[in-house]
Amino acid sequence: MRYAETGYNLEIDLATGNIERVETDPKLLETHLGGLGTSVKIHWDRVPPETKPFDPGNLLIFSSGLLCGTPAFSANRTLVSFISPQTELLAYPMMGGFWSAELKYAGYDKVIFRNKSPKLVYIWIHNDKVEIRDAAHLKGKGALETQELIRQELNQPNAQVAAIGIAGENRAFIASIEQSRSSSSRGGGGAIMGDKGIKAIAVRGTKDVYLARGGEFMEHMKDVKKYIDFRNENPIKEVMPILSGIGSPQMMKHTDEKWHTESFAWGNARLRRKDFWTDEIATSWEKSQKSAIGRFISCFNCPQQCGALITYKDVPAYMMKCFSKLTYAMGAYVDDLDFNWRIARRAFEYGVDSFSTPQILAFAVELKEAGILTDKDFEGCPPDKEGRFFWLLDKVAKREGIGDLLADGTYWAARRIGKGAEEFDHNTTKKHEQMNIKLGMLDPLYFLMFATNEKVSITQIEGNWPQAPFQKREDREAFVKDWPQLPDEKFKKYFVDWEPRGEFSNPNYPTIQMSSEIVDWMEMLHNIDDALGICAGMGSFCLKPPYHIHNYPKLISAATGMDVDEAGLKKIVNRSRNLHRAVNNRRGMTRADEKPPLDHWKKRFPELEEQLLTGYYKFKGWNYNGVPTKERLQELDLGYVAEDLQKRGILKDGQD
Amino acid sequence: MARIKKKIKTITVDADKCNGCRSCEIICSAFHATPKYSSNNPARSRIQVIRHPLRDIWVPVFAGEYTAAECMGRDKYIIHGKEYDECGFCRASCPSRDIFKEPDSGLPLKCDLCDDDPPQEKPLCVQWCLNDVLKYEEREVEVEEETKPEDLEIGLDALANKYGLDKIVDAVTRKSLGKKG
Repeated sequence: MRYAETGYNLEIDLATGNIERVETDPKLLETHLGGLGTSVKIHWDRVPPETKPFDPGNLLIFSSGLLCGTPAFSANRTLVSFISPQTELLAYPMMGGFWSAELKYAGYDKVIFRNKSPKLVYIWIHNDKVEIRDAAHLKGKGALETQELIRQELNQPNAQVAAIGIAGENRAFIASIEQSRSSSSRGGGGAIMGDKGIKAIAVRGTKDVYLARGGEFMEHMKDVKKYIDFRNENPIKEVMPILSGIGSPQMMKHTDEKWHTESFAWGNARLRRKDFWTDEIATSWEKSQKSAIGRFISCFNCPQQCGALITYKDVPAYMMKCFSKLTYAMGAYVDDLDFNWRIARRAFEYGVDSFSTPQILAFAVELKEAGILTDKDFEGCPPDKEGRFFWLLDKVAKREGIGDLLADGTYWAARRIGKGAEEFDHNTTKKHEQMNIKLGMLDPLYFLMFATNEKVSITQIEGNWPQAPFQKREDREAFVKDWPQLPDEKFKKYFVDWEPRGEFSNPNYPTIQMSSEIVDWMEMLHNIDDALGICAGMGSFCLKPPYHIHNYPKLISAATGMDVDEAGLKKIVNRSRNLHRAVNNRRGMTRADEKPPLDHWKKRFPELEEQLLTGYYKFKGWNYNGVPTKERLQELDLGYVAEDLQKRGILKDGQD
Repeated sequence: MARIKKKIKTITVDADKCNGCRSCEIICSAFHATPKYSSNNPARSRIQVIRHPLRDIWVPVFAGEYTAAECMGRDKYIIHGKEYDECGFCRASCPSRDIFKEPDSGLPLKCDLCDDDPPQEKPLCVQWCLNDVLKYEEREVEVEEETKPEDLEIGLDALANKYGLDKIVDAVTRKSLGKKG
């Protein structure tokens, strides 16, 4: 009997149509847990570093997390992993919704795709019955409408469907995979799905997921439930409302968008509009958001309501997620935020990343204004800002005209366009669009997160540590008083001493050692969430969350029957994290790639930044180039990885 | 006739508040597993959230009685312009549809309000719905004690009405003589 996990993966060879239900090694639970951990292991073992994103050998893995399908609140993440066409590194965008739990109930932990289908197909997984079905009639359909069409066609209203739109079919590097109220967007998973000829994956399961010590598990969950109630009733007073709760901080309930619209940069991550949020806009946006939202909605087994059903004028109903409610309006630099209700649905149907896409469209506008793109490139484009964004979005999704270049993201488009376009690619790290945020003083914590994390996109690296110091010492003291999530009491002093200005402020404080400890802790929490399939909004991505390093080992032990303590859990996720780094090192990632956008902060400190990077690498057990040392790998039972890296000359003796 | 006290147990479903997370389904299936909480499977749940997100339909429905035969006709409701599924509010485990049946055996499922020893304070779905969609109430009402006629009596009355009492007596006499003879 396997507990928490099903113990089976589905292996699908799209070239031959061969489908196998493969029992997994139970030992992998002890060494890599599940979710991201076990997926990374498969990529390391089976995808050689020479594999290009659109090679048949690039595995596309849809994975549940270890706790998906159990009564653990918010365990609903589906992790999609593949070599990204954009970064050429191992990407793992996640989505919420309902898909992963349904997969577990169908009896599988993961679906692993290899090779390519000769024609467009969709996959129908119904417990033990798995079919590859023709999808010719779905070609060109939207990612949202495809989900409904498949449910109707199968006469399975409870099937959960993950689908791509035309952007994915056309292998746009920014193509997303859409599912229910969620999407797996970053890094181009939709393009890999399209390249493999998969339009959608539908799943329906009616089997059991077992818990080793269910009674004990539920006792721990009662404490979690109590804490969720407490946090929902007691938002954190010292921070702005949008950061004060649990769940996704951009949740649809907040209408005060002063912070997003004034602190984040508009256009191609260029300009802050510090006086944008007038009383007039505040009133009209509140009215607009409240009337557009038909209902707040959740992902599977989550008490929070971070999504919403949107009905806006004549736009067909759709579900909104996260910060997507503003990104297009800010990218297009329009004053009327309602524009976003209109364009977001089309973008979701096309299936594109709401973070990267608006920046890319704005990048095209900049190139036009600079004379690098011409009137001919924009032939037929409406003159107004809104019309122009719709037009550009169509071109990108369809890969028509300049859209064909833009569909690869700003980094690749800039290099293909040339003529100085590279200068306008100012907001990418590792070829991937970053947050549209431009700040003053270098922040050592964010520097390390932007530079080093394998996720590449910052929003899923940060979390438990406040984004900025509080003005008043008494507020800081009040905040740390009740902070059981901390891994160590000493962090309280770090926070209380952290000042907005002066000796104990950025960039020199927190010190390199402190910064390393804080970032390492936050990263570890993300790695645990990603192995378990827990939404970061309930663990790693918010202040004082219900799940943390002290209750996770208890939940995992009760769920699996494998007794693990905090040190043991930390070792498991460190193993996965270092293996992930080794995958990317083996693909050529080095210290030179670990750079936040140049203009992210106005005040930069090159020498300090180098020290930060070196110090953090050392803390992590990595060498000067950011490669895990042989000792570190051996300590984590990854001697075979060290050998491989040595054989390839990536790790050299004496470099530790 | 005597008056007696009867306990009425009600779960109020405020469907407008439901956000479709299905926590109720998961906890129901976990609670009713043997041993308790050993497995999870919403398909075994005695509460199901009927969901059509894009039509703004989220309706938690509890499993009621098993019925061997489906109704002669079906119902379909339209409320405030929203068209609900056929039999959308019906709680029966019925041959016309798949819900409220054990996925393996097809045996009917029925909500028992989490009957437990010692008793639960509230049914588990109510306890684990953190958005107050589900509310549990118990109230006592006084009702007339009914004395229900037994099946045999009901049957005899029906036959007597149709054929007259004399014919029934004759038939019974004939039958009993026949058996003896």
